[in-house]
Amino acid sequence: MSLPLFLPLAALLLLSALGVVLNTHPVRSAMCLVATLFLLAVFFIFLDAEFVAALQIIVYAGAIMVVFLFVIMLLNLEKDEVGRTRTGWHMTTMVSAGLFAIGLLYIVYRAGTLLPGAGMGVAAPAAFGSLEMVALRLFTVYLLPFEITGLLMLAAVVGAVVLAKKKVA
Amino acid sequence: MTAVPTSSFIALSVLLFSIGAIGVLVRRNAIVIFMCIELMLNAANLAFVTFARQQGSIDGQVIVFFVMTVAAAEAAVGLAIIIAVFRHRQTVNADDLRLLRW
Repeated sequence: MSLPLFLPLAALLLLSALGVVLNTHPVRSAMCLVATLFLLAVFFIFLDAEFVAALQIIVYAGAIMVVFLFVIMLLNLEKDEVGRTRTGWHMTTMVSAGLFAIGLLYIVYRAGTLLPGAGMGVAAPAAFGSLEMVALRLFTVYLLPFEITGLLMLAAVVGAVVLAKKKVA
Repeated sequence: MTAVPTSSFIALSVLLFSIGAIGVLVRRNAIVIFMCIELMLNAANLAFVTFARQQGSIDGQVIVFFVMTVAAAEAAVGLAIIIAVFRHRQTVNADDLRLLRW
C-alpha cells in the first residue's frame, strides 16, 4: 500500500469514526459506523487479509449493524437530550484521551523499525490470508477455542432471548 | 512506490481506539456507547491484522475471527439488556440509569 493511497483512506476512516462520536442522532452515528467498518475492510484487503475483510463486511457491517439499527428503530430514539452537556467532564475526557493517544503514538514511533518480522516491504507468503490458510489454522491449532466460541454463541442467543422477552404475569 | 510502514497502521489503530474511548466517556446514549465500544474493538482488529502481515503469520487473523465472534455475542446480549431497561425506564440515557451508581 503506497502513501498517496494510505493517507486519504486513513483521513476518511478517522472522519467517519469522529462522525460516530459527534452526531447527535443515533441513526447517523450508526451510518458513520457502517462507513468506518467498510473502510476498515479496505485496509484489511491491503494488509493481505481477504477472508477477514469479507467477514468484516458480512458480520460487522451486515449482521451486527442491522441489529443496532433494529434496536434504534424499535426504541424510536430521538436526539440526545441537549442542554445537559458538562463541559468540564468533556475537557477532562479529551485531555486524558489525547495524552493516552500521544503516549501510545510515541511508543509506536520509538518502536519504529525494531518490530520483529519481515515487514511490509517484503511480499506476503503465497495465499496469505486466504480462507484455506485461516481455516487450516482455525481447525487445527485453535480447535478448542473455536468449539468454546460455539458455546459462547449459544449462551448469547439464549441470554438475549431471555433478557428481551416480555415478562408474562 | 514504497510500502507504508507498519507503524502507520498501528498509529491509525491508536487514533481509532482513542476516538472510541472518547465516545464511550462523552456520549450518554447507551446504544451510541455500544457503537463506540465496537470502534475500539475494530481498532484492536486493525492492530492484529497489521501485526499478522508484519510477522507473516496467520495467527493474528485467526484472533480477529474470535474478536468478531465475541463482539457479535456482546452486541446481542447488550442490546437485549438495553431493550429490557428501556421497557422498565423508558430511557436509555446513561445519566438516568443510576440505581447501581455510588
